[in-house]
Order: sequence, then structure tokens, then C-alpha cells
Amino acid sequence: MMTINGCVVVAIRDDLDDQEIVALQDQLVDEVARQSAHGVVIDISGLEIVDTFAGRMLAAMAQMAQVMNARTIVVGMRPAVAMTLVELGMTLEGVETALNADRAINAITGDRQKIS
Amino acid sequence: MPNKNTMAAILSTDFDRVLSGWLKAQTKEGVKRADLVSAEESKEQSRDLLSAIADALPDAAVDSELDLTETVWDPIRDVLETITENRTQRGVSTTEMGWFIGSLKQPLFEILHTELADKPTEFMREMWNSTRLIDQISLHAIESLVEKREATIERQRAEMTEVSAPVVKIWDRIVTVPLIGTLDSFRAQTVMENILDAIVQWEAEVAIIDITGVSTVDTLVAQHLLKTAAAVRLMGAECVICGISPKIAQTVVNLGVELPNITTRVDLESGLAYAFDRVGVTVARG
Repeated sequence: MMTINGCVVVAIRDDLDDQEIVALQDQLVDEVARQSAHGVVIDISGLEIVDTFAGRMLAAMAQMAQVMNARTIVVGMRPAVAMTLVELGMTLEGVETALNADRAINAITGDRQKIS
Repeated sequence: MPNKNTMAAILSTDFDRVLSGWLKAQTKEGVKRADLVSAEESKEQSRDLLSAIADALPDAAVDSELDLTETVWDPIRDVLETITENRTQRGVSTTEMGWFIGSLKQPLFEILHTELADKPTEFMREMWNSTRLIDQISLHAIESLVEKREATIERQRAEMTEVSAPVVKIWDRIVTVPLIGTLDSFRAQTVMENILDAIVQWEAEVAIIDITGVSTVDTLVAQHLLKTAAAVRLMGAECVICGISPKIAQTVVNLGVELPNITTRVDLESGLAYAFDRVGVTVARG
């Protein structure tokens, strides 16, 4: 987990078990609060297998960051993962997505500059 | 002599009689298909098959041990392969193929009857043995015919899948896939896979699905489109569906299908204009 331009970037890997994902969730909200970050980028390019639990956690993380006023973007989803989530009926409505972290950070910082 | 190999003996001594009888029976039973297979070819095929049977018979078990997969029957299977190959291409039906071989019984039984007229028990046994053999051969032929057809269908399906969903990059960060024909579950899956891979490959921001060539849009197709759009969105790109003709618009609404959160455009042109707008490209006449 690292912070770039006021964006917390967190990468989720495949080998995380359910407990570790929950721990990561704690860590993420703490980090957002500490840095008073205005953006969160969740990189799931390392994620090759998803189940409903992982999908729900992803949506939950995005929502949590959202209520802490940080714009959350999920990036780097693999085609197979996207198809699985759609088949599972988890279209992650309300979660913003981008192709890669670079574009997500650009979108977040670009937005900030427009405001200020 | 007339125990297990009466048939073999008949075929070696009366080969020509059996062959001509068989050809006559083929004509009589209407399975000659002179319109598809010429008389010469028919004769040649029949002779090949019959001589293969005659060659194999003396060494093969024809009683309850009969097993067409044994090596001694190899030549017969090869000949059958050639015949079915030839007849599949001509469009001969499975019934005709089966009965083409089945009609061999008629001359064979006739000869058996004359040879074994005074030995009813043996006649019965020989008849049963030859029936079993000929039926097995005919079933094998039918199976091989069906296999050939299935192979053709499979090949065509693979070809169709290949050409059915070509995803092309039409501009920096814009990919498009023109869909033609009917969209079944299998194709929809291929389209989805191709489009998602293309998004990764070309780092696309907008994926345009052009359904101008899709003949019918029903609830199932709409469902597939919705899924694809959702998957595209998860990948961080946007999905634009174009080619919604007035007729399709009417059907979709009348069916009560909703396409929420999906950008739709009437044709590829306006879809492209929307995509340009999204990625920040301005087109000017120079």
C-alpha cells in the first residue's frame, strides 16, 4: 500500500485469504483517514480467481472509502475475472473502474485540479 | 466344409454371382442413388467391399465371437471409410447407406438357401451368422457416415466462431466488434472474451458493439449484451452499443427489456462520434 499524489494505491494479490482481505480493509480505511486521501486506487491485476466473498469485499472497500470522501477506482481487472463476476451477478454497481492505475490516478488528480 | 465358413466358400466360388445379385438388389431396393453415384462407381465400391469381405472371411470368426474391431477386419473398415467418405460428399442419407450394405443379404441368402436346402439347422445358423456380419458392417458404415458429418459440422462451427467476432482497434483507445447473424450463448461468450482481451491488449477506453447485422434481438440477446457491457465496465472501459434500428428499438421496448446504464446509438457513425468525444478526440475536415 502506498500513497501517490494523495491517492492511496492498494494492490490485491491472489494469495490473500479471506482473513487477510478483512485485515487489508482495516488497513485501507486507516490509511485513508491518516493521509486524508482524496482518492483510492484498488489494483486487482494480480487477482486471477474471484469468488463472491472477494467481490463483496471489493465493493465494500470501495463504499467505505467513498463515505470517507475518497474517490475509489478499481483497476486492472483481468478479462476472466470480469466474466466470472458478471456470471456471479456481481457487476459492482457504484464502483468506478479504470483500465490501469495510471489512468485512475490521472482521473483523480485531474478532477482535483479542476475543483481547485 | 459347410461349417463356419460356408459364407467364405460361397464368396470365393460364386463371387461374381453374389456381386451381380447385390447390384440388382441395390437397384430393386432403390438405394443405388444413380443420381448421386454413377453405376460404374457403385459397382466398383460394391466389388471392393465384397472382395474385402471375401478376403477377411476365411480367417475371421463370424459366430458369436464376431468383433469388427479386430485387425482381420481392417481392410473392410478401410474400404468402408472410402465409401462413406465418397457418399457423404454426394449427400447420401444414412438409411440409404445402411440399406446399401443390407441389400447384400438378398443374393447371399438365396445362394445359402440353394446350397443348404437339405440342412435347415445349418441354414438357420449360416443365415444368422451372415445377418450378424452384414448388419455389423452396415452399422459401422452408418456410424462412420455420421462421424464424418459431425466432423464437417464441427469444422464449420469452428470456422464460424473464428470469423464471428473480430475485434478491431479503430482508433487509439477505441475498439469495435461488428456482430452479424444470430447471437447465441456460445457466440456471445466468444464475443465477450474477445472484446475483453482486446481491451487489455489495446488499452481501450471505449468498446463499440455494432449490432446492425444482428437479425433478431430478443430477451436472450439483450441479456448477453447486458452481461458484456457489465464486464466491459468492470474492466474500466465503456461499452457503446450501436446499430439499434427503429425495428429493434420497438421490439426491445415491446419485450420489456431494459438496457440500463448502457450507452446506445443508432448507427456506428454516431457511436464512433460518442467514442471520440469520450477519449477527447476532435475530428475536423481538413
